[in-house]
Amino acid sequence: MDDFLAARLQMAFSLGFHIVFACIGMVMPFFMSVAHFYWLKTKKVVYKDVTKAWSKGVAIFFATGAVSGTVLSFELGLLWPTFMEHAGPIFGMPFSLEGTAFFIEAIALGFYLYGWDKLNPWFHWVTGVVVGISGLLSGILVVAANAWMNSPAGFDFVDGKYLNIDPIKAMFNDAWFSQALHMSVAAFVSTGFAVAGVHALMILRGKNVLFHSKAFKIAAVFGTVAACLQPISGDISAKDVAHRQPAKLAAMEAHFHTERNAPLIIGGIPDTANKKVDYAIKIPGLLSFMTTGNFSGEVKGLDVIPKEDQPPVAVTHYAFQIMVGLGMAMVFIALLYFIALWKKRQWLNSNWLLKLFIIATPMGFIALEAGWTVTEVGRQPWIINGVMRTVDAATPMPGIAYSFYLFTGVYISLAIIVSLLLYRQITMVGKLYDSTSKLPKN
Amino acid sequence: MIYVVIVFLWTSILLYILLGGADFGAGIIELFTSKGNRSKTRKTMYEAIGPIWEANHMWLIIAIVILFVGFPKIYTTVSIYLHIPLVCMLLGIIARGTAFVFRNYDAVKDDMQKVYTPIFIYSSLITPFFLGIIAASSVSGQIDVQAQDFLSAYVFSWLNWFSVSVGVFTVSICGFLATIFIIGQAADDDRSFFIGKARRTIYTVMFCGALVFVAAYHENIPLASWIFGDTLGLTAIIAASISLIIMFFLLQRKKPILLRLLAGFQVAMILFAATYSHFPDIVLLKNGANLSLLTHQGQAKAIDTLGYALLIGSIFILPALGYLIYIFQQKKEVQEAH
Ligand code: HDD
Ligand code: HEM
Ligand code: HEM
Repeated sequence: MDDFLAARLQMAFSLGFHIVFACIGMVMPFFMSVAHFYWLKTKKVVYKDVTKAWSKGVAIFFATGAVSGTVLSFELGLLWPTFMEHAGPIFGMPFSLEGTAFFIEAIALGFYLYGWDKLNPWFHWVTGVVVGISGLLSGILVVAANAWMNSPAGFDFVDGKYLNIDPIKAMFNDAWFSQALHMSVAAFVSTGFAVAGVHALMILRGKNVLFHSKAFKIAAVFGTVAACLQPISGDISAKDVAHRQPAKLAAMEAHFHTERNAPLIIGGIPDTANKKVDYAIKIPGLLSFMTTGNFSGEVKGLDVIPKEDQPPVAVTHYAFQIMVGLGMAMVFIALLYFIALWKKRQWLNSNWLLKLFIIATPMGFIALEAGWTVTEVGRQPWIINGVMRTVDAATPMPGIAYSFYLFTGVYISLAIIVSLLLYRQITMVGKLYDSTSKLPKN
Repeated sequence: MIYVVIVFLWTSILLYILLGGADFGAGIIELFTSKGNRSKTRKTMYEAIGPIWEANHMWLIIAIVILFVGFPKIYTTVSIYLHIPLVCMLLGIIARGTAFVFRNYDAVKDDMQKVYTPIFIYSSLITPFFLGIIAASSVSGQIDVQAQDFLSAYVFSWLNWFSVSVGVFTVSICGFLATIFIIGQAADDDRSFFIGKARRTIYTVMFCGALVFVAAYHENIPLASWIFGDTLGLTAIIAASISLIIMFFLLQRKKPILLRLLAGFQVAMILFAATYSHFPDIVLLKNGANLSLLTHQGQAKAIDTLGYALLIGSIFILPALGYLIYIFQQKKEVQEAH
């Protein structure tokens, strides 16, 4: 495998791995705090059980997220030294603030996990909330750094030199808001649906039903509300991309020709050689409307982008379709759930609704990975949009392919062990956590 | 502002060695403990480091962020030429962090523990070993940016007697820190067991320290003149040796806090002596074009914002961290009193 490809794949795998843990680490503390709040308010012991069970999960994910994050902060230099040499001082601001946020998170987590029965109950609760807030903040900060790669700001690029650095301006670049918003909501969608799905499965199997129903409800409410907000935020992102990275938008939409009244292309197989999309559904004018607010607005196609600056179309297009498709599917499930909550309470006890949630378990995370593929692959061939090419950023050290195999192996084994651990946490609920259950262990 | 940033960099490295080091040491000690005593060691250790173990490792991240924001050239040079030991260290960090959590949080305690425990123990050994190698290679002028072939550019920069001996020395320091730390934590009847251990680790540290000098001599690295040629450096080393002797006599007394302070002081002095002699140069290259914290700093604006971010950050972090340590120390004493 060629070194450059290996470096890109290693980066993508590491980030794709980290992001799952980071999202769970950001969102689970909120679920936990809600359950904890109910426990403190109602003194129903089942809520305490749920909180404790979840906090174990958080600890496992936090540690895995932390080590994979540590690896990332080295990998940026190991794989992309030229990029970091110039970008480090410019987009470093969010990373240095992020350091603070992580630190607070780690400290608060120390209080939370070891503070049961030792701290004042409400202080203890607050430390849990602090874990969530600082996690969310670190997510927002790190995404602001990524947004800078899409929308470089805060320096003047003169004759290949990076002058007049302004880290604050770099942090508040044009893309940070839309990306941070979309990412934060995505974290809630993906974690909400994943957690809800697991508890739905346990309810369906009739194990510790009270426990799992309470847990299911908290996760499902977070996930479904976020799912309904996601298309709105996605629309903001799309308009933003259209404006700042027309090449990325064109690749997402497989939009080969600049035109007015541009159709929205759904699905299909992009044919780059002949510049057309086969077997797609086309809704006339909708793309123009979505990106410009006007059905006859002009949308730039790949034809205005020089060939060497075009991102890979097929991958970006498929990834975008996957994200939006799954996003819409989750909105649909969310609406059914809301109807069930407000109008048709009998649906809540029906198996088909639970089954829908079970099917949706991985959807959020798949959409999340797909969304990052859109952003990162859609930015190619640039590592800093319009400023530095990814090829020029890569490390001179040969043999990266081996490091890629090594890390891939490590990540796969970790994923397997973490899944095993979670499986055990879940199957042991009856024995370890659910104090209301009289069921014998499995 | 640059000096604020440098102080933060130095302090985070020191704290990482002390806190992270004690943490690695816990695993190393487990390795050198007979099977029968392992669970006792492990339990005492876990009680001591559990609440703060996550925070201990944050210092490394702070140091890295300071490097890449403030001194990008230094960060990238090290990343390129010490790629291999860095990857080894990272694998150690992954293995260790996850194995620690897995073995403490697995809902079922079964044969899987037999998988986690060795991973934890050996990665506790490997990680500081490579950390030491990386540190030694950066400061000893072995990195050759003009090398044409793979081996001299990416392997001999770190695979040499000096770097390896510093790696071993770092491992011994970690073990030493862990035993000193654990003495204060141990229940009364276990104390003598841990005191014996502490004594042995002190001998080991002295032996490994001597080894470093031998290796430096062998590789023609003027380590002795760096350290002894400078009054401050020499003072630091003498202070470190004196504190080691005091500690030796204090082991029997029940003064755990004093012991810990002395151990911390001692390591701080060693780090000081090692870094002061060629400050502000931090990465020495074979061709003599050393990388200096002063001439290779980022643009002023970047350094300023970094400095402010660190200052503001520490306002939040230090009190919270102090309180965390305090609370769990308190609770421990209350429990013991009962
Ligand atoms: C649960 C996950 C999830 C779901 C359901 C959606 N997205 Fe998304 N999307 C992400 C998760 C995500 C992401 C992984 O979080 C990305 C990558 C970068 C970012 O900021 O968010 C992203 C990026 C992203 C981008 C590129 C942003 C950029 O490069 O700056 C656009 C245009 C959209 N999304 C649009 C949408 C639309 C119209 C959706 C309609 C349902 C949608 N997303 C659902
Ligand atoms: C702060 C956040 C991020 C930074 C600084 C960052 C940085 C980078 C860098 C330096 C590369 C290598 C160059 C390239 O191929 O473009 C890259 C590639 C990539 N990253 Fe990101 N990234 C971030 C977030 C993410 C996240 C969270 C994901 C999640 C999955 C992701 C997915 C990818 C993928 C898929 C690639 C490979 C693109 C390709 O090979 O075409 N990125 N990113
Ligand atoms: C290049 C990209 C990235 C780098 C260098 C990076 C770095 C790190 C580091 C060093 C940690 C460990 C901190 C600790 O010990 O607590 C970490 C954890 C974390 N990262 Fe990342 N990160 C990156 C991408 C992301 C992205 C895209 C997000 C997303 C939203 C994110 C969110 C988090 C969160 C929430 C944690 C806390 C761990 C947890 O709660 O499980 N990171 N990251």
